[in-house]
Amino acid sequence: MAEALALIADDDQLCQPLAGGQSLLPMMNLRMAQPDVLVDLNRLSELDFIVQSEGQIHIGAMVRYRTLMQSPLVREHLPLLSMALPHIAHHAIRNRGTIGGSIALADPAAEMPALLKALNGTVVVVSKSGQREIPADAFFLGVYETALDQGELVHSLKFPAVSNDQRFGFYELARRHGDYAMAGVAISAAAVNPCSELRIVFFGVADLPLRLAGVEAALEGRAITDEEAIHKSQQLLTADQMLSDAVISAETRLQLARVALKRALVSMAD
Amino acid sequence: MSKREIEVCVNGETVQANVPVRINLVDFLREHLGLTGSHVGCEQGVCGACTIDVDGVAMRGCLMLAVQADGATITTIEGVSNKPLGRAVQRAFVEHNALQCGFCTPGMIASSIEYIEQGGLSDRAAIRAHLSGNYCRCTGYQAIVDAVASVIDEGVQA
Repeated sequence: MAEALALIADDDQLCQPLAGGQSLLPMMNLRMAQPDVLVDLNRLSELDFIVQSEGQIHIGAMVRYRTLMQSPLVREHLPLLSMALPHIAHHAIRNRGTIGGSIALADPAAEMPALLKALNGTVVVVSKSGQREIPADAFFLGVYETALDQGELVHSLKFPAVSNDQRFGFYELARRHGDYAMAGVAISAAAVNPCSELRIVFFGVADLPLRLAGVEAALEGRAITDEEAIHKSQQLLTADQMLSDAVISAETRLQLARVALKRALVSMAD
Repeated sequence: MSKREIEVCVNGETVQANVPVRINLVDFLREHLGLTGSHVGCEQGVCGACTIDVDGVAMRGCLMLAVQADGATITTIEGVSNKPLGRAVQRAFVEHNALQCGFCTPGMIASSIEYIEQGGLSDRAAIRAHLSGNYCRCTGYQAIVDAVASVIDEGVQA
């Protein structure tokens, strides 16, 4: 670990940490990424843990999706993750891809950053000079951009353990099961009848996992089955918030995001 | 480019090699060991043609470096018939016409074997979900799902 941290603190060459490599290696194969040195984290067993402590589920950065799917702690305390994991890529990718790698990469189309944000999680970051914690709301800054400083590595993630009243919703629209979503949403709520403490996070629609205060406010205090409130929250999504690319226009993405939102909300009704 | 000594067990045979640190696992298998059954399609993890078994789980051979496989046990399509389940899956693919050009087949078979080994059910939707990471441009998938389901229905053990 000390050796890895010393290497990534090196300013003279581009030292890229390599976690599961399921995004970094495609980028290298396509020559979009050309690091001077790869720092392979795969044998750092101290980053491979799932533990429960002080009301939180603490997950090491090198835990693979496959392990998350098999974990009783995740199944019991992080139901939103359990709902979303089957949608994260394909089985062979989940066998290798890591939770910390997805967070550090901060692909706005990926599920994991949105899930961390919806669950009000925290990123534990480590460097040669020590550790610090960054709330998910402050961690993701843009496409592949995070609050990580030079020389810092994602060490682990902390998720508040879930209480019995909490409800969760997840929905994504992808061309093929396991592909990146054209639009998706992850939702947590302290309660749904009426709704309280909603956290609604869209992915695949903007340059970062997108939380919109207005959308949450439109539903707060209303029953989750309230058609009028759902409609109002949908209307608060607008085309100017959406990314437009060669495949999907902002208008199409807006429509998809509205559909995903409604379907996720409806799935949360008891 | 710097090189590194690795030792891997491929299809039951222990191999030592001095490999460039940048070479992908699938390229090492194809170019250094001559095991060209694993195909290289998209090189970005999408098509699934390079899927192989590494230490008992399916992996993308294009998304792992050869040096990362040091100490690993690997099964490629060339070694699949060493086990009864592998033989059964290969036979079922032939019987059900589950391949045409054959480009996707090595990866498709690796994913199918993993599904059956994990105790996957003979449920078409579940089989499709598990094989969703493997593209086939010839068959339309129906025959592939038929083949996998038939092996499960026959109760062939790993």
